[in-house]
Amino acid sequence: MRDVTKIAFLGGIYSNYLALEAALKLARKKGVDQIWALGDFGAFGPHPDRTVEILREAELPAIQGNYEESLSTNAEDCHCGYTDPRDNHYAQISYDYTFQNTAQAHKDWMGTLPGRARLELGDQRLLLCHGSPRQINEFLWSSNTPTPFIDRMLRQEQTDLIVCTHTGIPWVRRDAKGRGVVNVGALGRPANDGKTNVWFAIVSSDGVGVDVELVPVEYDHERLGREMTEEGLPDEFVETIRTGWWTTCLEILPAKERALGRY
Amino acid sequence: MSQLVQIRPLEAARGDFPAVPMRGLDTLWFQVAGTVCNLECTHCFISCSPTNHSHEMMTLDQVRAYLDEAKALGVREYYFTGGEPLMNKAIFEMFEASLAQGPTSVLTNGVLIKEKYAQRLRALADGSPYSFDIRISIDGYTKEANDPIRGEGTFDRILAGIEHLAKVGLNPVITVTEACQDAATRAGRTRFLEFLRRIGLAQPRLKILPLLRMGAEASRERGYHTWESLAGYHLAADELAALQCSTCRIACASGVYVCPILIDAPGAKMGRTLEETLRPFSLDYQACFTCHAEGLSCAT
Repeated sequence: MRDVTKIAFLGGIYSNYLALEAALKLARKKGVDQIWALGDFGAFGPHPDRTVEILREAELPAIQGNYEESLSTNAEDCHCGYTDPRDNHYAQISYDYTFQNTAQAHKDWMGTLPGRARLELGDQRLLLCHGSPRQINEFLWSSNTPTPFIDRMLRQEQTDLIVCTHTGIPWVRRDAKGRGVVNVGALGRPANDGKTNVWFAIVSSDGVGVDVELVPVEYDHERLGREMTEEGLPDEFVETIRTGWWTTCLEILPAKERALGRY
Repeated sequence: MSQLVQIRPLEAARGDFPAVPMRGLDTLWFQVAGTVCNLECTHCFISCSPTNHSHEMMTLDQVRAYLDEAKALGVREYYFTGGEPLMNKAIFEMFEASLAQGPTSVLTNGVLIKEKYAQRLRALADGSPYSFDIRISIDGYTKEANDPIRGEGTFDRILAGIEHLAKVGLNPVITVTEACQDAATRAGRTRFLEFLRRIGLAQPRLKILPLLRMGAEASRERGYHTWESLAGYHLAADELAALQCSTCRIACASGVYVCPILIDAPGAKMGRTLEETLRPFSLDYQACFTCHAEGLSCAT
């Protein structure tokens, strides 16, 4: 068996099963050896079971996000970590819909997933987590995750590369030795940049160090928008899918990221 | 008088209060203007005023020394407060030093933010890879609500500051305490957001803070009731972890205190260096009750 040298990491899917299908196809075309899902399979989108069934059928290794932690423990909300009332209002609509439309067997399966995972790739140690290594719903945005803080996390966790998601906007910061953070973005909704594509990441190694590639994914977002409307999901969620601009759950954005969006 | 009564630890054996562990220093505050302020708000929990020198202004060297220590500790974010931080003559150098190593926020009343000031703040924001948040305190969306608390004529001066920021494309976080009419209600919040849009903030950001019943506030509305304390409380690990003092400290000219709220409490001074303060703190103070019961965090 040949060594694993190229791994795709999928961030929050948020029930965007169409983007998931497109991403899997693209990742395989790019020759990845393994595909990991980093949690938050459900949220804004329609028919949450469709996403879970694709993941389970493909037997993809996965870790929990706050959604899986909440769904599998019958929690009353998503524990997304928002602090603003408007953010929480929409987060609740999203969670209630997902909770009602996720089969119990799938919720049970979510409960069996680990909260974090460690991998070795080339000579680098990778730590996979949903939010941050220390908290499943901690937001690691580029503009509020300073380099000394990254160094502290790497030191505490004795790892070289933290691979995370949760925020929905991809970014990479690594030092000269390649140590740092890769936030893989999200498949579930676009990156608040006015474009409709979504993102995942590929980390590869030729034995020494690792390379990181952020991969844009095009998919049938109009179809997803139609299905969301048919399911009675809020117009605000559909607008994000159709325009690439976040309309909800954005009060949590730090100043820099907020200034780049429309709302 | 009432100020001292309010800030004294409650009469109870120390062991009767829960202690919060230090989980790691994420947030470092700077009491950069001490207790000196150009306003004299009637709800100020540390009674800042033009003549209150309980805490003096910090020097640039002091701030730099704490920033160096914070860098080594891997601190995540920095906040500048007072008093009025923009009264500190070295404030722009301090911002520059802070923004070079992490996201930075300043809590200001905004009245000193003229056109040129706004442009300098914008240049600082653009020059850093990290977020620079300017937080402006106001106590209502009308003169009639704000001025009795913050001072005659302050509403117009604060608005001018906000407008100067908006003109250079900076989007401040507007902070309101619950002393403001209906800021805590949903309808009041909506009205506030509409007001902020009208004055030029296309993406209005609003933070609402509960009142701390001490300092000047103790004479304005009321001080703490005796029962408002954590005496005898057992807090679960997640409740302790939710308290900002489990991850923050504040540097003052006179040393490092547990949190921005308790700088007038002598028992809340924890050391000279940050390192010395990375230990548990006993939640003896009535303000600790507010943080627990209201979920208060001074952070944005």
